[in-house]
Amino acid sequence: MYHPDNWQPTADIHTLKVRATLFRLIRSYFASENVLEVDTPCLSLGSISDPHIEVLSSTTKTGGNEVTYYLQTSPEFAMKRLLCSDAPSIYQLGKVFRAEDLGRRHSIEFTMLEWYRLAFDHRRLMKDIERLFRFVFNKMAQDLSLELHSSVRSCLDSHDGFSCEKLSYRDAFLRHLNIDPFVVDIKVLQLEAHRITEYGLEESDRDTLLELLFSTAIEPHIGLTVPCFVYEYPESQAALAKKYKDQDGNAVSARFELYWRGMELANGYNELTNAAEQEFRIDQDMDERERNKQPERTVDKRLVSALHSGMPDCAGVALGVDRLLMLLLDKPHIDQVMSFAGNRA
Amino acid sequence: MGSYSASDIRNGNKLMIDGDPCAVLDNEHVRPGKGQAFNRIKLRNLKTGRVWERTFKSGDSIEGADVMDTDMEYLYTDGEFYHFMATDGSFEQHGADETAVGDTVKWLKDQETYIVTLYNGAPLAVTPPNFIELEVTETDPGLKGDTANGGSKPATLATGAIVRVPLFINIGEVLRIDTRTGEYVSRATGK
Repeated sequence: MYHPDNWQPTADIHTLKVRATLFRLIRSYFASENVLEVDTPCLSLGSISDPHIEVLSSTTKTGGNEVTYYLQTSPEFAMKRLLCSDAPSIYQLGKVFRAEDLGRRHSIEFTMLEWYRLAFDHRRLMKDIERLFRFVFNKMAQDLSLELHSSVRSCLDSHDGFSCEKLSYRDAFLRHLNIDPFVVDIKVLQLEAHRITEYGLEESDRDTLLELLFSTAIEPHIGLTVPCFVYEYPESQAALAKKYKDQDGNAVSARFELYWRGMELANGYNELTNAAEQEFRIDQDMDERERNKQPERTVDKRLVSALHSGMPDCAGVALGVDRLLMLLLDKPHIDQVMSFAGNRA
Repeated sequence: MGSYSASDIRNGNKLMIDGDPCAVLDNEHVRPGKGQAFNRIKLRNLKTGRVWERTFKSGDSIEGADVMDTDMEYLYTDGEFYHFMATDGSFEQHGADETAVGDTVKWLKDQETYIVTLYNGAPLAVTPPNFIELEVTETDPGLKGDTANGGSKPATLATGAIVRVPLFINIGEVLRIDTRTGEYVSRATGK
């Protein structure tokens, strides 16, 4: 990977100027909304439980003892510990790290905007994202006359400012695959997945099949002009969201994702506040990691302790800022919006 | 032949898929939702030319194919086989049949270097250079003065290929052709 000749940046200077503008506008939006900026540590003694995300770690010595720090994969746990300590609505704009394969949309280090709104539910938070986008896009296109991808223009040209599409998870499957994801037989999912991706017949995990179908048969067709929210994921895909029953009695989670032009941009929850349920989900994750023989790590149960002391009702979302910039400037590779990425980092 | 883990596969790797050798054109890491990661791999079947995508779980292991790309110079055809010789100084020769040469037949020119893909030691495919210079053997007379003004006409080249060329081109001129599109690029310079 490393080569002494590879000294040049991966992004051009114009892109870095737009990047700086985007950061400035995000901060100015939250300042006007009275949301407090925080910066929690990149290095933490505890990490997340998610069995599908691998974490980078760093070991050092202090007072003769070896100490392992985990690089944050998102500031979620730390920010929630602040919320449990009487913090107001807060946001954080900073670097996060994941031990993932590099790709067009993946870098081990990337910039995340994460925020929590007290007393919001996930529906109200979706509206908040729309307002943030309207604010940022308008300033960039009109006040600063920046050259942006044509879809941004079509967002702004709609008469009512612009609204994102909203589609329930169930409707997304019904519309694009004619499948009801809550009742469909797993054999149908296997056949459909196999038909579309040539993988699936041997897959026994329902959620894996649903996710594969979603990413190959739905994601490419939604949010093609304005961004599209997908909400009410099956409760088995709740992660850290509250669960409830939808109008048809399906067990769903108060979670949404935002898609735009083939990219997943944001993931939000009406946040779980129940400590016992939180601990149960963490333990389930750890069991799955053990079954898959994944490396051990210290899962941060300080989150559970914090929830015991009381977490206010709130909704939170994490948004990939590099991906947003890719979409705004029509850059096909994430490296092109970061100063030094891949083998230049 | 070794095998690859789906997440380590790179463009240009050669894999055995359903018993056929395939070339990897692209490998995209996808993490749908929050769960299992996949690799969506774009493949070209080297026997049939079919291009398609198949999804693998990131940890899956896929068998490599004993396929090698070799630079070879075209020598001659005996009517049945097209004979090539390695340019690496080994003078190794191979005869490729009509199926292996495929559409490249219309770009075959003596002493030009081609990429010959060998599978289990035998030619499987022949890829022409992206640009090739060929003489015009047949075309309507050139129009004087018309050097830039749109308009085109068919011209037959020394290899038998027919391409659209500007009206000012005459028989005997050597042209630079893009073999990927089969389009005229320019008059050949010098040489």
